[in-house]
Amino acid sequence: MSATTTIQLFVFLLAGFVGMQAINRIPPLLHTPLMAATNAISGISLVASLVLAGSNEGDLATVLGTIAVACAVANIVGGFLITDRMLAMFKRTPTATEAQQVGDGASSVTKS
Amino acid sequence: MIETLIQLAYLLAAFFFIMALRALGRPESARRGMQLAAFGMAVAVLATLLHARIVSYEWLAVGAMIGAVVGYPLGMWVPMTAMPQRIALSHAFGALAATLVGVGEYTHNAATGSLAGGHVLALGLEVLFGGLTVTGSLMAFGKLQEILPGRPLTFRGQNTMNLVLLAAAVIGLGWLIVSPNEVWVFAAMLAIAVLVGILFVLPIGGADMPVVVSLLNSYAGLAAVATGFAIDNNILIIVGALDGLSGFILSIAMSKAMNRSFANVLFGAFGSAEAGG
Repeated sequence: MSATTTIQLFVFLLAGFVGMQAINRIPPLLHTPLMAATNAISGISLVASLVLAGSNEGDLATVLGTIAVACAVANIVGGFLITDRMLAMFKRTPTATEAQQVGDGASSVTKS
Repeated sequence: MIETLIQLAYLLAAFFFIMALRALGRPESARRGMQLAAFGMAVAVLATLLHARIVSYEWLAVGAMIGAVVGYPLGMWVPMTAMPQRIALSHAFGALAATLVGVGEYTHNAATGSLAGGHVLALGLEVLFGGLTVTGSLMAFGKLQEILPGRPLTFRGQNTMNLVLLAAAVIGLGWLIVSPNEVWVFAAMLAIAVLVGILFVLPIGGADMPVVVSLLNSYAGLAAVATGFAIDNNILIIVGALDGLSGFILSIAMSKAMNRSFANVLFGAFGSAEAGG
């Protein structure tokens, strides 16, 4: 195993741990928005798609890369817009009790 | 010099993504968290445009434009009640991107004869996670949209079949490490992934689908991690790991919020089918 791979494994381990800890004990109110936001974040595969589409490594690579770029951009644009719309609904609730009521509504949508 | 600049930008992007995830966990800062994530994404994408392998930009622009045209209605015109299935559809897009990159990288490297064992292992895992997320998400979308029947579908020998497919995938990965140039093994991995995605969602009822969508999010993240290992890209590994593990924790938390155990959501249909029959 090369030194680069070893370091990458460490990076993976530590980043995974951060991912686990960062959203620990998240209130049910935020389950659906977080799911939408991490969905948008998973569009990070755009980075790899861009490299493949622009690398000029033959027609197949360009075609696959271009479709991949389109898919990843659709994921990112759609994901962030929908998260924003969802979170904008929470904004109009000034008190904690009202936010809780909205939360119950949101989580019942999740369950249905 | 430019390579250093890219890596520093990736470091900055990783910082934004981690802060974003933290902020998303609290109602008062959730919206700022989303903005931080979007900013981190912008930094990562702009830095990638400087990558040494990118020599022409016209197809990038074409792809990005098509993506924006498809993504905008997905984000703005879908009613709030249709949220879980829209997220599932968006997953299918993101995972399809990862899968296509895996296939593209494999065929390119196979043509130049520069496939190494570890590299192909990463590409194999990428199409495996990517492929099962694509079909799994489409299945989840179909069930939530009621295109497909929402009730759990089970058939005899389903468990055995899943185990056989899993074993085949593990053997296939091992095979690719030993002889990376076997194209048909790589194609078989893709076929297995597509099949596993369908079979995995089939026995789960429509009401439990949001948990599955969240779990598929986790798989999409792991596909991004595998891509990162395959093309030596740290931002893919970091963000993929953040996404993968947070998605996993989130699906467990969602099961708990429904007073169900995680295992019960994923495999509950088998228990009830056995009890019923």
